[in-house]
Formats: sequence, C-alpha cells, structure tokens
Amino acid sequence: MGNRVGVIGVGQTHHASRRLDASGVELIAEAVTRALDDAELTIDQIDAVVIGNMDHFENINYVDMWATDGLGSFMKPVFKVTTGGTTGTTVGMCGYYHAASGLFDVVLAVGWEKNSESDTQAAIATCANPVLERDPFAGAIGPLATEYSMYMKAYGATEEDAALVAVRDRNNALNNPYAHNRMECTVEDVMNSPMLSYPIKFLDMCPRSDGACAVILASEEKAKRLCPRPAWIHASVVRHDYTHFGDLEWQWMPTLERGSAVAYKIAGITDPLKQFDVAELYLPASTTGVKWMDSLWFCDKGGAPELIRKNTFGMDGVLPINPSGGVISTNPIGATALIRIGEAAWQIMGKAGDRQVPDVNKALVTGFGGCSWSDIMILGADLP
Amino acid sequence: MERVAVIGVGQTRYEQGKRETFPELVFEVATKALEDAGIDITRIDNIVSVSSDFWDGRTISSMAIQDAAGAYGKDITTVEGDGTFGVLYGMMRILSGSFGVTLVVSHHKGTESSMNGITNTSFDPLVERKLGLDAVSSAALQARRYMSKYGVLEEQFALVPVKNHGNAKRNPLAMLPMDITVEDVMNSPVLATPLKKLDCSPVTDGACALVLAADREAKKLTTPAKRVWLKGVGHCTDAYRLGDRDLADTRALKKAANKAYEMAGVGPADIDLAEVYDAFSYMELMWLEGLGFCDDGMAAGDMERGLFDFDGKMPVNASGGRLSANPVQVAGLASVAECVLQLRGEAGDRQVEGAGTALAHGINGMCGQSHCVWVLGK
Amino acid sequence: MTDWKDEVEEIVFEGKIAVPYTWTVGSTLSKWYGELRDNAKIWGNRCPSCAKVFVPPKIKCNDCYKDLNDWVMLPGTGTVETYTVVHYEEPKLHPRKAPFVYGVIKMDGADTGMVHLIDEVEPEKVKVGMRVEAVLAEEREGNIMDIKYFRPIA
Repeated sequence: MGNRVGVIGVGQTHHASRRLDASGVELIAEAVTRALDDAELTIDQIDAVVIGNMDHFENINYVDMWATDGLGSFMKPVFKVTTGGTTGTTVGMCGYYHAASGLFDVVLAVGWEKNSESDTQAAIATCANPVLERDPFAGAIGPLATEYSMYMKAYGATEEDAALVAVRDRNNALNNPYAHNRMECTVEDVMNSPMLSYPIKFLDMCPRSDGACAVILASEEKAKRLCPRPAWIHASVVRHDYTHFGDLEWQWMPTLERGSAVAYKIAGITDPLKQFDVAELYLPASTTGVKWMDSLWFCDKGGAPELIRKNTFGMDGVLPINPSGGVISTNPIGATALIRIGEAAWQIMGKAGDRQVPDVNKALVTGFGGCSWSDIMILGADLP
Repeated sequence: MERVAVIGVGQTRYEQGKRETFPELVFEVATKALEDAGIDITRIDNIVSVSSDFWDGRTISSMAIQDAAGAYGKDITTVEGDGTFGVLYGMMRILSGSFGVTLVVSHHKGTESSMNGITNTSFDPLVERKLGLDAVSSAALQARRYMSKYGVLEEQFALVPVKNHGNAKRNPLAMLPMDITVEDVMNSPVLATPLKKLDCSPVTDGACALVLAADREAKKLTTPAKRVWLKGVGHCTDAYRLGDRDLADTRALKKAANKAYEMAGVGPADIDLAEVYDAFSYMELMWLEGLGFCDDGMAAGDMERGLFDFDGKMPVNASGGRLSANPVQVAGLASVAECVLQLRGEAGDRQVEGAGTALAHGINGMCGQSHCVWVLGK
Repeated sequence: MTDWKDEVEEIVFEGKIAVPYTWTVGSTLSKWYGELRDNAKIWGNRCPSCAKVFVPPKIKCNDCYKDLNDWVMLPGTGTVETYTVVHYEEPKLHPRKAPFVYGVIKMDGADTGMVHLIDEVEPEKVKVGMRVEAVLAEEREGNIMDIKYFRPIA
C-alpha cells in the first residue's frame, strides 16, 4: 500500500484584484520561493512538480510548459491538472498522490490565477454545454443564487443568515496579511450592498483575484526528516455530479454530503463539529456558508441557520471556519482551493500567525467547483 | 512496489470530421475498454480524463464528458497534456493505495478546432506569441537545427513517413494508410522549410480509454492473457523558450527514458517494439536517439538500414504512428494502447512476432519540451 | 434499433465566445520592454550564481533558481542558430505574408537565443551561422515587435 504524506511547507502571494507588478510566472515564482523558505528547502530538493489553473482566464496553453522558470521545474518531472473551481484541491491531491505512490518523495504543488487578465464570467460560461445550456444559465452566480432560494423556502433560512457568514469571513480576513479583501463588515453593510442575483448581494459574493499558492508535500520518511510538525493527509475524496445543470439536485449538495461522509469514515470522524478544530472551506458565496453546513453533517437538514446565529463557526466558536477569510475574501480561482489546504496545514503546523486557532489537531478542507463538484481533504497533526 | 496492469483497451477509429460529440466519443471508448476488461463501470473506482480546455473550446474540459465516463458519484480528475501523463497519474493513484481500478480516457476533435491557432497559444503572450509561431513553424526551427548539428538530410527524414504510412495499412484504426515514396514526401507542398506536408502529422479526431488495475485487483478480474504490466515510467521537462535550449538536444527525453528503463530493469536493447511520438518526421529520428536506440545523430543511418521497419530488428510505430493519425492528447494514450495490444498478441496484421517488452512515448509542449516514457511488459 | 440515427439531419452550431485578455507583463519584462521602447537598447540579465546571461530576461535562473537582478546591456547582434522559411498562410497569426523567415538567433553577450523574424535578405540566402543584427521599429510600443526583425550584418 502507499505512503503516508504530509504537507511540509506553504507559500502564498499577497493576493490582489490586480497584481500589476507581477506576470503570471512572477506570481508563481513568488509563491514557490515562499514555500521553499517556509519548508527550508532548496529547489534541488523538489522531486516533481504539478501545476494547475483555469486555462481560459489567461489564455495560455500548456501552462506547465510555460511556467518552467517560475516553478523551477527545468529538467524535472512536471504535469498539469485542471478541474475548474476545484483545481486547487485537484492540484493538492495530485501532489499527494505523487508522494503516496512511492514514485516521488518531495513534491511541489502550485495553483495560480490572474483573473485580472480576462472577463471571468465570459470565461466560465464556456463550461456549459454550448448546445443546451450555455445561453440561458451559464456563469457561477446564477446556480448559487438558485440553490439558496430553494433552501430559504424549504427551511426558513434568511438573507441575514448569509450576511452573518459574510461578516465572519470578511472580518477574519483582517488577520490574514495575504488576503485580497480585508475589510470590516457588518450585517447592515451586506444587506445594503447591491443585489447581484437574488438573494446574493455584492458583499455576499467572492471577488476574483490575482494570486498563487504553493504547497510542498513529502512522503513519510522525508516529511519526518525535513519538518518538525508536518500536516499529515488523512483523507482525500472527490465526488462529481451530473454534467448538465438541469440534472442536479438543488435542495442539498449531494457531492459534498456523500464525499464528506466517505472522508469522515476514512479519517475516523464520527462527530465532525466536535472532532475538527478548524475548517477551511470553499464557500464561494456566503449563502453556501449556511446551506452547505447541513451537507457537511454539522447538523440535520435545515439546521444550519441556528448554528450560524449562535456563532458556532466564529473564531471563538465550537468550530472556527475560514480564519483566513475564505473564498469571499480571496479568490484566484486556480489557487483558491489550494489555499484552503495551505491555510489548514499552517493551522496544524502552528504557523497561522494572527489567525491561528489554538491547539489544532484536525482540520477539514473542501474544494468546490465545476458543476457542483466537491473535494474533501482532512489533515491532522498525528500520523493517520 | 505493487505492480499495475493495463487490463482493458478501447479506441475509436481515428479520422477527420467525426460526427459524434465529445461525450459520445468518450462513451464509445469507455464502453469498449470496460468490455475488453470484462468488467462494468461499477468496478471503476476512479477516473482520469486527459483533455484540453483549448482543443475543446470549453473550460473545465472534463465537465463535458464526465457522465459519459461514468463519473457520477465518483472520484475523477483531469490531466491536461498528453495521454502518457494521464496513464502515469492513473498509476500513481493506484499505487497510493487509495484506488484499485482506474479508467483513463481521452478525447480530441482536431477538426473542430484550429490547430495553428491553438498551438500558437502555447507561446508566451508576453514574448513569442505575437510573432505568430505555432507547432509547425517551431518544429521547422527544430528540424533545421537537428539537420545542421548532425548533417541529417531531408531525404532521411522522409524515410519516416514512408515507413509509417505504409505501416498504417495494417492498422484498421489508422487514418492515413498510404503507399508513398521518399520522392512523394520531397515533392509535397512546403509548409515551413525543411518541413513539407508529408513530414507533418494530420489533424485527427478520436478517443481512447484504458483500464488500469492494481495487481491485487487484476488477479481477481482478468486472465493473465489480458494483463500487460506497466513496468517503468519516467517524465521530464526541458526549458520553455525555444532559445533557452539547443533544440537538437534530447536531454529531457534521455532523463525520462533512463528513469523508465531503470524502474523496469531493462535497457533499450530489451525493447521489442516502440510507439514513439512522431508529430513530425524528423522527431522520430531525434526521439529514437533520446530513447537510447541510436547514438546522437545516428538514427538516420539506422533508419536507412531498415532497423526500425515493420520487419526490422525493432519495429517503430507499427501502428502507423502519429503521422498516420494524431489526435494530440489522445495520441500518447493510443501509443500505450498499441503496446498493450502488441504484447497481448492482439495486434492483428500489425502484430510484431514474439513481442515481450514494448516502449510507449509521449510529448507535451512545443518541440517536445516535455517527455513521458513507458516500458510495458508481459 | 438505432436506424433513426441514419435519418437525422445533422445540425452544427458555430460558437464564438469573446474573451478579451489583458496580460500583465510584470516587473522583469516591463523593464526590458521599457528600455527597448524608450532607449532603443536590448538588455539581458545575469545569474549571480552561474553567470549565465538570458535574453529575453528571466525572472529566475533556469538552473539555479536564483533571482536575477544584474542587468547586462547587449550589442543586439548575434548568430543564426536555426531558421525556417514559412510558406503557409495564417493571416490571423502571422506578422506578414508568406514567404517570410523565423530564426533563433544566439545573441552576442548572452547564453540564450531569441526567436524573431529575419529580413533584408532573400529567404533562400539565409544560412545557419549567419551574423545578424537587430533592427528596431521607428515607432515602438513596448512589445516584441519593437524589434522589427534581424538582418545580416553587412
């Protein structure tokens, strides 16, 4: 069977709406250099590299070839993976499988995006079936707005519940020097912000950012030798749904529910609310921070609003969610889900600075994208 | 290390202007591969889609085909690059212990896209892209560098398409079986010197799927006759800008090949047949050197002596090669598929007698910047 | 069972999505293009570790992964390492009508080559090993076409 694998270093750029000072390759170099510094490694110690982003945002084909100078991948094994919004976790998982396979010991996983270089919605629109769905329903906001409308109707969740999530994530970002949007925010601010697509308002929604994240993973022996406190990978699960938006379940998030159930089983989690010490979740809109809590088995269906109103997931709550500020604060799409892994790893390693949650032993990470796809990873301070 | 086998193969016919949609192509080959492996979709526990946002004209390329690949409720991921890299990822996922049976599937419709426009986007928008370079003009630069470094002649390049199109006559799946001569190649329209039309691979549509299984699963699922082992693999990337490297130096390929040979415990002399990525005629010569079958600069001479002919010492591209059908991302997967069929003794008229060990090779990026090499055995 | 497929009239949709791009050039190339545009100079940068000089400049050395902060002015001359005479037409991509010549020019003072056009010479007369010099455009905008082409040194 395979090796156990730990994250031994993380690097991020300072994410921004537009990094005018850095080309894509420069952003990548920034993140990689910081990850190497974090892990106290040189580029020679990297055995393999994997990279990901969403092509249409920068219009660069064969990004794994193009990024060579930034990745330090000259004469190394490299390839690219890409899966839309889940690209970051796909990249992290790919790095994990490289090391777990036994074929490579120290692996560099890089996710990046320069969303400033294109029209985000136009680029995303191409994911929809050109014959059936692209004209009426493409883009990210519509589907998210639709699912929360249904949840509100079914369980009495409110726009204010979503606003509480936005307030939490946005204020958390004030502690994160890397976050793109760092702003004080109240429920009133959110409720008064312009409506994008009912019920999602401007401050409910994630930005698009320029940024990169690099995560270094190592197989057990190497990880133990190179890092005092690796963040060990306990579970890595991906679940996909149907291709066409019209075929999906809208009342709940099946991929998240099923995927997390499998991940919890693998990692021995029976009471997620109690057993996780921190969660970095891919919540692209505040509404998902309400609705998807059910799907993560934190409560029964419809139970999320009560948890939100009790501040269960605040920094002082039972299970802090998104101390980093989450996706609502920072969203360089190819990197976003990898940042969840990086932030969770730092929480375990005790390197999360002002946003550190005390005594983190187990962390939950999710990625989201495509057509309601979910990626779930569980990291722990102890060996799995 | 646990062994991983290929237990199922499915391919479409490679041709231009296919009417099937991407999902229809993927469904066709996934179904064929499952049938070949004697299993159904429920036995697949994870899927690797090898697909490209650029060639599909759709972002999140796996989204279009995931239903067709049986990915509902499953763990699926997407490698964007040549199929050989997809097989590698499929294998790593099995070796990790997380999965037992991987479906690797790739699709490509060249006729629905603009080859030159798309390959132009491989060039850095900040530097080389404005010059209008694409796969053909950059390959032409590499071909001439190879010629001037080693004294290889255009007539010697031409031996490759003559051989490969001829080989394609034995492959019912290949797009361009042809009887041509060196003179035909030399007289074909010049695209970018020294490359002429018959030096270049065609635009092709097609799909391919493989079922990979861990030793522990393969033993339960199939007979020994159906199992071909992935014995060794290596991949490696050279510098990006064309001016950053000696285009005739195959150092990245050498590194990848050596890794594959070492892992498999064999050397070039042990290989009975090879499927090599001949996107252009001269590339077959260069890659044969990088793979260690010839000394640097000597492949042309060996090619003239018939070493790599179908009835030669080590047949290269018995399938007809990419020159006879080049569905880009699918191509490397098809090469692995061909090696599997050969080693099983199922290659029909193109069967290489007594094949026991085979080599499949794929490239990524322009001018073969990145290489992935596979050694397969029975 | 599937006979109906033979009767169906096949429909084809044509799609065109306009996704305009604005690429950030970044610090390194901005400096390079700035010098080219404003001062008509071609610079390279050098690795502090292995002393390799790169043109176009890089952000990090290929081999050493060190930051490149030493800038070296180059004479703008070089030797043709390889070339090709393009005969096919791609009006949307090509900077000019065929036939025209691309070359990789090994730049004097640097360890890398630059890809560009070669002109002011008949295509059949271009040779590997030819000595060439950069010809800059009169009106420069800060991109690779600020170099019009390379021409043989008289």
